[in-house]
Amino acid sequence: MTSITLTVNGEPITATIPARLHLADFLRDHLGLTGTHLGCEHGVCGACTVRLDGAIVRGCLVLAVQADGCTVETIEGVSDSGEVADLQHAFAARNALQCGYCTPGMVLTAQDFLLHAPADADRAAIREHLSGNYCRCTGYEAIIDAVETTLNARRTP
Amino acid sequence: MKAAAFDYIRPETLGAAITLLTRHGPDAKLIAGGQSLLPALNLRLSAPGLLIDIGRLAALRGITLADRTLHIGAGCTHAQVMTHPLIQRHAPLIARALADVAHPAIRARGTFGGSLANADPAAELPACALALDAVMHAQGPAGPRRIPAAEFFTALFETALAPDEVLTGVDIPIQGDTQWGFAELARRTGDYAMVGLAAVARPGTIRLGWFSVGQTAILAHRAAATLTEGGPLEAACTALADDLPAHDDPQASAAMRLHLARVLLRRVVGAWGGR
Repeated sequence: MTSITLTVNGEPITATIPARLHLADFLRDHLGLTGTHLGCEHGVCGACTVRLDGAIVRGCLVLAVQADGCTVETIEGVSDSGEVADLQHAFAARNALQCGYCTPGMVLTAQDFLLHAPADADRAAIREHLSGNYCRCTGYEAIIDAVETTLNARRTP
Repeated sequence: MKAAAFDYIRPETLGAAITLLTRHGPDAKLIAGGQSLLPALNLRLSAPGLLIDIGRLAALRGITLADRTLHIGAGCTHAQVMTHPLIQRHAPLIARALADVAHPAIRARGTFGGSLANADPAAELPACALALDAVMHAQGPAGPRRIPAAEFFTALFETALAPDEVLTGVDIPIQGDTQWGFAELARRTGDYAMVGLAAVARPGTIRLGWFSVGQTAILAHRAAATLTEGGPLEAACTALADDLPAHDDPQASAAMRLHLARVLLRRVVGAWGGR
C-alpha cells in the first residue's frame, strides 16, 4: 500500500492505495466519481479520459500512485465549474449521445480540442482529435456536429 | 481486466533506479509513461513483482542542440517532442511520425525512450531512429555507453540494452540538406500500421526505415542503395522484395504487405522528385 496526495476537482485528497490500482478505478471506487467510465481497460476506447495536470490521459493507463502530487480533473469537475456547459448543451441539442457511456470521455477530449484548436480547425481536425474515443451508438456525425457547433460559437465574439 | 499485484518505487535519481534494477533483476520493470506497459499489465500479459518509475527523473528530460547533434531525453513525452521547436526545425520526420502515434491522450503520457526501448516492430519511432542514424545513450552499473540505432533493435521486443541498463536519451545527427518523408497505412487513425516507412536522404546516402514488416524495424539496404546510386524508383521497388522479410500476420499477407510497401515508397520518394 502506498500513500498519495493529489488534487481532484480542486479538492485536496490523501489516500492509501495498492500500487496496481489505476487512476480510473481510484476515482470511481475510492472517491465515488463514477462519471469516469471504464470500457476496454487497455487504452483503446477513451471512455476513461480524465485531465492530469491539464492534459487529457487514459485513466486506465495511469496508476493512481503515478498521480501523486498531481492535479486531476474529471467530468464532474468540468461540469460543476461550468467549463463545458456550452459543449454539453450542444451534445444534447445535436443528439450527440444515445446511451451516454462514451460521453464523459468525449466531452473531455472535445474540450481539449476546443482549448487548443488552431484558427483553421475544421471537421477533419475534430475527427482526428476524437479518433481515440469510441462511440458505438451515434456513428460520430452528431458528435462532430456538436463539437463544430461549439467551436463556431466560441469563435463568435 | 485488472493488473496483478506489484510493488512500486519512484527513485529520486537515475543512479538509484539502476541500483534497484540491478538488485531486483528480471522481477523488476521500468515504467515511464506506461502506455505500452499498463495495457500489458491490465491484460496480464506481464506480471512483474516491482515497477521502478523513472517517469519523473530530470536526468531523462530535455531536448537540446549542440555540435550539429540533437539530443532527446528518453523521458520526454511524445507530445513534448512533437511540439518542440528544435524537433520541428531539425527533425521534422520525428514530429510527423509522432502525429501518427496513437491519440492525444496517449501522446501526453507515452515517452520517446519508452517507445524505443519497448522495440515494438509496429511502432513508428524505431524506424525513425534507423532512418536518422540515431545513437542511443544507455546507462548501467558500469556507466554510460552509446549504441548505434542499427545495432539496437535485436529481435521482437528485444534491444541491445542489458537487463540492468536504462535508455537515457537519443542523439540525432543533424544534416542541413536532408530530404525526408514519412507514410504509413493503418486501418483506423491511431492504430498500429499494416506497414510504414520513415525515409531520410542525406548527401551520399539514403536510409529507408520500415516498421510493421517483421520482427523488428529494419533498414531496406538494397532499395536504398539503388536510390543512392541514382537508380529509378521502380528498380528500388523491385529491390524491396529482397529487403523485406516475407511476413504474414492477421493484418496483411506478405504479398499484400510488399505491395503496400511499394505504394509507400512511391509516395514518399516520388514526392522528392527527379526519379
